[in-house]
Amino acid sequence: MERRKITIDGNEAAAHVAYRVSEVIAIYPITPSSTMGELSDAWSARQIKNIWGTVPTVSELQSEGGASGAVHGSLQSGALTTTFTASQGLLLMIPNMYKIAGELTSTVFHVSARSIAASALSIFGDHSDVMATRQTGFGLICSNSVQEVMDTALIAHRATLESRIPFIHFFDGFRTSAEVMKIEELSDDDIRAMIDDEKISEFKKRALSPEHPFIRGTAQNPDVYFQGRETVNKFYDPCPEIVQNAMDEFAKITGRQYKLFDYYGAPDAKRIIVIMGSGAEAAQEAVEFLTERKEEKVGILKVRLYRPFSAKHLLAAFPKTVEKIAVLDRTKEPGSLGEPLYLDVVSAISEAMGSNKPPFAKMPKIIGGRYGLSSKEFTPAMVKAVFDNLKQDEPKNHFTIGIIDDVTFTSLDVDESFVTEGDEVVRCLFYGLGADGTVGANKNSIKIIGEETENYAQGYFVYDSKKSGSTTVSHLRFGRKPIHSSYLIQSAKFVGCHTFGLLEKFDVLGNIENGGTFLLNSPYPTEEIWDKLPTKVQQQIIDKKLNFYVIDGYSVANKTGMGSRVNTIMQTCFFAISGILPKDEAIEQIKKSIKKTYGAKGEEIVKKNFEAVDQTLDNLFKIDVPAKATSSIQIPPTVSPKAPDYVRDVLAKMMEGKGDQVKVSEMPIDGTFPSATTRWEKRNIALEVPQWDPEWCIQCGKCALVCPHAAIRIKVYDKALLKDAPATFKSMDAKGKEFPDGYAYTIQTAVEDCTGCELCYEVCPAKNKKETRLKALNMVPQIPIREQESVNYDYFLNLPEIDRRLVNTGLVKSNQLLEPLFEYSGACSGCGETPYVKLVSQLFGDRAMVANATGCSSIYGGNLPTTPWAVNKEGRGPAWSNSLFEDNAEFGFGMRLAVDKQFQFANELVVKFTDKLGKEFVDAIVHADQKDEAGIYDQRERVAELKKKLSGVNSVDAKKLLEVADYLVKKSVWIIGGDGWAYDIGYGGLDHVIASGKNVNILVLDTEVYSNTGGQMSKSTGMGAVAKFAAAGKPTPKKDLAMMAMNYGNVYVAKVAMGSNDAQTIRAFLEAEAYNGPSIIIAYSHCIAHGINMAKGMESQKLAVDSGYWPLFRYNPDSLKEGKNPLKLDSKAPKIKLEDYIYKETRYKMLTKSHPTEAQHLLVAAQEEVLKRWKIYEQMAGFDFSKNGGEEKSESKN
Amino acid sequence: MNLLTKYMGLNLKNPIVPSASPLSQDVDTVKAMEDAGAAAVVVYSLFEEQIVHESGELDHYLSNHTDSYAEALSYFPEPEKFHLGPYQYLDHIAKLKKSVDIPIIGSINGVSNGGWIKYAQNIEQAGADALELNVYYIPTNPNIPGSEIEKMYIDTLKAVKSKVKIPVAIKLSPFFSSMSNMAKKLDEAGADALVMFNRFYQPDFDLEKLEVAPNLMLSTNWEMRLPLRWIAILYGNVKASMAATSGIHSHLDAIKIIMAGGDVAMMCSELLLNGVNRIGQVVEGMKLWMEENEYDSIEMMKGSMSQKSTAEPAAFERANYMKMLQSFKTLL
Repeated sequence: MERRKITIDGNEAAAHVAYRVSEVIAIYPITPSSTMGELSDAWSARQIKNIWGTVPTVSELQSEGGASGAVHGSLQSGALTTTFTASQGLLLMIPNMYKIAGELTSTVFHVSARSIAASALSIFGDHSDVMATRQTGFGLICSNSVQEVMDTALIAHRATLESRIPFIHFFDGFRTSAEVMKIEELSDDDIRAMIDDEKISEFKKRALSPEHPFIRGTAQNPDVYFQGRETVNKFYDPCPEIVQNAMDEFAKITGRQYKLFDYYGAPDAKRIIVIMGSGAEAAQEAVEFLTERKEEKVGILKVRLYRPFSAKHLLAAFPKTVEKIAVLDRTKEPGSLGEPLYLDVVSAISEAMGSNKPPFAKMPKIIGGRYGLSSKEFTPAMVKAVFDNLKQDEPKNHFTIGIIDDVTFTSLDVDESFVTEGDEVVRCLFYGLGADGTVGANKNSIKIIGEETENYAQGYFVYDSKKSGSTTVSHLRFGRKPIHSSYLIQSAKFVGCHTFGLLEKFDVLGNIENGGTFLLNSPYPTEEIWDKLPTKVQQQIIDKKLNFYVIDGYSVANKTGMGSRVNTIMQTCFFAISGILPKDEAIEQIKKSIKKTYGAKGEEIVKKNFEAVDQTLDNLFKIDVPAKATSSIQIPPTVSPKAPDYVRDVLAKMMEGKGDQVKVSEMPIDGTFPSATTRWEKRNIALEVPQWDPEWCIQCGKCALVCPHAAIRIKVYDKALLKDAPATFKSMDAKGKEFPDGYAYTIQTAVEDCTGCELCYEVCPAKNKKETRLKALNMVPQIPIREQESVNYDYFLNLPEIDRRLVNTGLVKSNQLLEPLFEYSGACSGCGETPYVKLVSQLFGDRAMVANATGCSSIYGGNLPTTPWAVNKEGRGPAWSNSLFEDNAEFGFGMRLAVDKQFQFANELVVKFTDKLGKEFVDAIVHADQKDEAGIYDQRERVAELKKKLSGVNSVDAKKLLEVADYLVKKSVWIIGGDGWAYDIGYGGLDHVIASGKNVNILVLDTEVYSNTGGQMSKSTGMGAVAKFAAAGKPTPKKDLAMMAMNYGNVYVAKVAMGSNDAQTIRAFLEAEAYNGPSIIIAYSHCIAHGINMAKGMESQKLAVDSGYWPLFRYNPDSLKEGKNPLKLDSKAPKIKLEDYIYKETRYKMLTKSHPTEAQHLLVAAQEEVLKRWKIYEQMAGFDFSKNGGEEKSESKN
Repeated sequence: MNLLTKYMGLNLKNPIVPSASPLSQDVDTVKAMEDAGAAAVVVYSLFEEQIVHESGELDHYLSNHTDSYAEALSYFPEPEKFHLGPYQYLDHIAKLKKSVDIPIIGSINGVSNGGWIKYAQNIEQAGADALELNVYYIPTNPNIPGSEIEKMYIDTLKAVKSKVKIPVAIKLSPFFSSMSNMAKKLDEAGADALVMFNRFYQPDFDLEKLEVAPNLMLSTNWEMRLPLRWIAILYGNVKASMAATSGIHSHLDAIKIIMAGGDVAMMCSELLLNGVNRIGQVVEGMKLWMEENEYDSIEMMKGSMSQKSTAEPAAFERANYMKMLQSFKTLL
């Protein structure tokens, strides 16, 4: 039977099968598995049916723990149920996995395997997560490629029903989960043929039912628990055979034969690698090369069924000739004798060799090694290095491959010149910006090549970790043979550079073959191109004899209304130059794919893209390459020579995309990195930046307040310092009584760090009275002023910071003089979260400890290469850490306990030294008033004095006191995270922490969706908003977290929206920090996931408040002591209709286009909810808490 | 009393027609207009910008930031189908046709001879009885001569006429150098009716924010004098029907329009201000006035005060201006 050929990624391949054989799917987003849940939800919303003709129920839970609980309950109740997860999510499922396996319950969890957060989080692929579940009783079955994912998913679903053993079906995160590959699709008939209805009947009969009741899940005692655990052996023993039978059955249907252990290589191989996952594909490619071209006696054994581990099948798969075996594990188990697969292979072979029938004449030499952690590249050259190691008489055991371990010397040397990529595969590399649509276009190209030609095709996409100005590299392969290259392209025939500026950022032509083709998108006229290229690039073009094509894609995009998206244009160039398809056919296919991609969004979009395609070829030119490089343009150094050594030597390599060269010795041993390193990463991503016009400035400070990247700053300083100022440095007289006469005021933009979001321009209230289109801040092109303003900014930074004691922290115009200690993060341009985070750093940063939940804020706050958390000139700054997603409240709570304990201990010790230090000094320390900056300053002075006095004292107590003396100065503990954490996965902990009475400050950056993983619904999502997992609009109202927190009575609670009322925001932050107990601030954070013009983010906040959707208030339990109502409403009753707010945002508006009827109903319900909630708040704020008020009420009752 | 009038081939029970406004967005309100006595309804306009930009906006925000960051390759679920502006509008026309018996006049608002014109055809297919083509254009480019602007109107009208069989009215700007000539050309180009005039919403300034602050100012009844003049002048000179659409607030205003030569009097601001029941009051008021003044039918009064029919044809011309100035002086 001819099956459909489709070009999809691994996640879709798994979901395709899982969806069709499930009745219930419980999900929760986590990278890189989220796509499987999203697709299932989308299919369910489109009423796509499973193989039994019913639409599976897809339900999002509050955590992976929740999802696994729901899976367990659903399975016990007779529904075929699945879930998708990875990494920490899988760890959260472990308790339920024991239960599900212990009860012999059939299910398959599909896992895109990912690293576990240890000294650092990583979203990338390895087997650390699945290896942590091997003791649960789940079967573990692995896929190595996208086709295998679809196939093995089905085999696993069949096997679990027959064996009653639940399975994890896993494949490598990103490398397989996100790789786009042409595969053969399994039809519903194929799937039906593999699933035994009789087994489903049996499964359902075992379910809980009041019609034939029993109980399951008892508690047992020492007398029988052990025996009970042994009952399952008879199910595990036959399981491998059942899986093999399923594989055989599958082969009959599809022709693709899998084995539990698949051997590939020389039949008489002596050296064999045992490996599992996508690395096996690269290994196969290497083995093919080595056996066919070098006649080496090597082979690989691919492990497919890892649990239950079948020694019998393993041994049978090895050629009898094997002498040496290297077992490669994609995980690390510190302290173990070796990694798990290695130990299993050693055990299996040792046991067999010690038996009556040893399988080999001589015990093979077995070594183990680690590779590929966190998607570390694993190439044929590395495979060869492992085989070469095996050649040694005493091969290195417990080795690593793919890194340079210069500390414990585990790593093997790799001959990078060993490349197996041949002419039979066409390889293309594309460098682009996230914003220009390069990846999307390449995904379409791969689909066209895969589905419209006979070629096999593969696409893999690499993104950097920035959320603004991010760069992408697309790796496309296609050819007539199946592609096994599970690694990045090493030599390309075609390189496209879709953004001119990337020529300075990457070695774009480093991997192009001699005689290859180079396509450049250039903003310069054709005749000027050559002179605009850096010398190095010119030389590479000449030396490699490249065919050099250029197009001004931006101009074509502009003319055809495509804005900055050059995707379609560059795609057309690629097809035109590469000749994969005849020109007309290529254009027809591109147009077909445009229609498919954009058709739903209206014919105008399709038309616009068609025009772009049609205009492209007239603007594409081949450049005559001169014989000599003539350019004087040199690629600038990545970081300033003034940067600290670690930044220059190590972090700079990561910035250049050469992090693979960082040696083990260069990495910190415990995840500790220096703060304040973003300042060395000058990204220059803004096309336009704000320029200050002092003539009209009213010194309100709002521009600095809203800047998400701390790239616009204010200083007030002695005018005398201006004598050395650069010529273009601007200043004006400082206004404000707190400053001495003769002080100057400057607003300065960090033009190289600014992302050009325009929030500052939008918020600036000061108009140029001569030309009202201008303000006191105006957006101007960055390049012409880059050099001048960089000099000005350097000068500005060296001006002294304000004495914090002079600042009126309650006023924006004053507190914006405080140095931000959170700067130049990789957050989105116009981010709505970071202004709040930065505010914390300004007001309290020099004494703050920050617990940061995993999510956007932990990524822009802590993703390498650089960190935005900064340090002031005294060396103080926020101490930041990220534990997990779910435990952040508890993590911060722990910080508070530690701080309080050490504060208490330090005080106890100080008192012990009363005789030596004097009662007055001791009392001053112990009873220090640290409520304001002056109080904290004085205490710091005392502590410095104390340290001095103790330095000569040789006693245990003195040493102890010196250890903890710094805790005598107030510490401000901040617990920061998004709504996914606070409302969903971390709510239990958050609830406990606010109930504890401890002095922690919780800042919820509420974007109303899981922003970091791509906009999935949380319980914070507003009614009627479209989000992933809520394609038909969220049917229920937003959880009122503030009301729940107020319920305790002793929690300070504030709801703020900086764009509506910045003074209220400031008051809330100051009061929350001052409150000696738990406080929680819920901050409206506009977000790219809202589908808005981010420059107008603050306006969105205002509309939310004006509509009553987001009432502003502060609930301060301290007010009760004064007989006042603790709740103070800071915003007025709704003055605009809800629709006038929500329909300005795509997240709501799109529902009127996708589900118009539902949108109407939800709008009515949501408006009612807003008014209802407002009434409740209004009433609460109106209660009389005064003594008299209370008496009057009780009297009136009598 | 015969209130019947004929407007671009449609037989209307009276000359009162609500003009394009948000009131027609709701089926129940249109039903209420019919119940109150409206002879037909011009449905709110489908804007060229809406057609072009709605899909552009949707595409922009749904594709913005996609494929940029490894953890979030997109931010929204992508439905298979969107009910975009044109389709919602067409559905609405179809619903109105099912809900009311009076003629439904679709309205399309645009300035170019672009792809959007095909939606005229869609509006016809959705069941509209006629189409009002609203060419709302402010010629700000000093390099475009008036003749080109005039040509654009004619071309747009011809393009629409070539797509549909239902009658097409054109809603005009009052700012033509030679309104009579323009009306003649449009008449020749096949306009079934001339609707006079478009009220260009004039910008205002917010002096506190130093911003241009566009806001909606409802019409007052002195504004009907402009269409009154031109209908009176054009009556008898064009084949096309004529409708007045600015400043008609009372039955007296409507009667004046008919006397000038208009076939219908369109109401908007009055209905927005005082509700759709005003239609009934205006129709009743017309009836009473006609009875009192012994008019048997609309036909009888139609054009009776037009330039052709009036005793003072110069009152509509420059001479009238001089007269007005002099009357002003005599008041001093």
